[in-house]
Amino acid sequence: MTGGFTTAHLFYLVHSIWWTLVLSALAFVLGSIGGFGVMLARISPRRWLSRPAMVYIEAIQGIPLLILLFIVYFGLSVYGVQVPALVAAGLALMVYTSAYLGDIWRGCIDAMPKPQWEAAECLSLTRWQTLRLVIIPQALRLALPPTVGFLVQVIKMTSLASVIGFVELTRAGQIINNSIFQPFLVFGLVGVFYFVLCYPLSRWSQSMEKKLNVGNR
Amino acid sequence: MSAIVKLGDVYKSFGSNQVLKGVSLEVAKGEMIAVIGASGSGKSTALRCIDRLETIDRGTIEVCGIRVDDPKVDLHQLRREVGIVFQSYNLFAHLSVEENIMLALRHVKKLGRDEARRVAMGVLDQVGLAQKADAYPEQLSGGQQQRVAIARSLAMSPKVMLFDEVTSALDPQLTGEVLRVMEDLAKDGMTMLLVTHEMAFAKRMADRIIYMHQGKVWEVGSGDMLDAPQTPELRTFLNNGL
Repeated sequence: MTGGFTTAHLFYLVHSIWWTLVLSALAFVLGSIGGFGVMLARISPRRWLSRPAMVYIEAIQGIPLLILLFIVYFGLSVYGVQVPALVAAGLALMVYTSAYLGDIWRGCIDAMPKPQWEAAECLSLTRWQTLRLVIIPQALRLALPPTVGFLVQVIKMTSLASVIGFVELTRAGQIINNSIFQPFLVFGLVGVFYFVLCYPLSRWSQSMEKKLNVGNR
Repeated sequence: MSAIVKLGDVYKSFGSNQVLKGVSLEVAKGEMIAVIGASGSGKSTALRCIDRLETIDRGTIEVCGIRVDDPKVDLHQLRREVGIVFQSYNLFAHLSVEENIMLALRHVKKLGRDEARRVAMGVLDQVGLAQKADAYPEQLSGGQQQRVAIARSLAMSPKVMLFDEVTSALDPQLTGEVLRVMEDLAKDGMTMLLVTHEMAFAKRMADRIIYMHQGKVWEVGSGDMLDAPQTPELRTFLNNGL
């Protein structure tokens, strides 16, 4: 039986945006923490730290997020660990995000002029103090636009969590479409919702980048 | 006369490019020594080796009794004795002038905020920039930035100050204000080793001048040596400079 698109459907969709946001936030916060660690390891002069970090980044960047999701969700269940879809999706996104943010931030740290390190070193600051007090505060300005840009990617990628049954915006759209079969309307609406979430962030990222370039001119 | 800095037969190469070929020199307490020489003569490298920004291949370097050539040298200790100022100032752009100076005082010397500020204002006063304490580096002229960099080094009360072509990026007027600060420092008895292209300043202020050529100490003398060079290389160098 098919019917028309009702306000109940609309309400259901809008409500599912919440779960897209929860998943995005989870991925972003956990991924940031992980990414910070990956960045620290990656720039370490100790090879036993920097090499594994490099391998991690390259490995994760070479694997589709969908496969990571399958590994976490189905892989763990084989060993009897039944994780809820939200946890599995959060975990997979965290791994994915940490590799990308780690790499983005490593690039920002590398872009800081070498003499800044040297000046701090000559003032007897330790490497960690230099990073924390001199390098990171200056790299932050550089890191913000690509980080926000990546956040936009994360929001869109949470839609993949629909395949393991986590009901976020995309899955909610599928569920509604399965009952009323109006794909153009339903998925069009879902697309509009994603756009509304992402566009302001994209614009923000772009405007920051523009400001940064003015500063560097 | 006790030597604060002592280099003994120092060799250093970057890849196949041998930059220092047996450099020996001594700096006594309170002495101001100017190192001159053409680009590529190894003078900046020698200076950087003293603060262990570069490691040497062979020879000995001793600073205030610390063996710098020792692979296990306590860098923390070394750098509390040595202050260094660079051609490119290298101020921390995200911090105000005062914060630039207070950073190491707070986090290395572990001074309290008020005490650190007091020291910072003291050294800023010394370089004549107390009124710029709240300014950011980008708001200052090159000469002012360099004076802040000197103050930042001074604040850590080093026993010897190294200056690596600190006026090379400045126009003559700004050069003058930086040199005046260095002159005051020398008068206060600071031990100073400077790599410079300011011949007039070297002649007037330095206790000794060291001319480096092709990675070696080629000629050493007082200011008069610039009027009566003993080696043809120094003569050529001085003539080319004019």
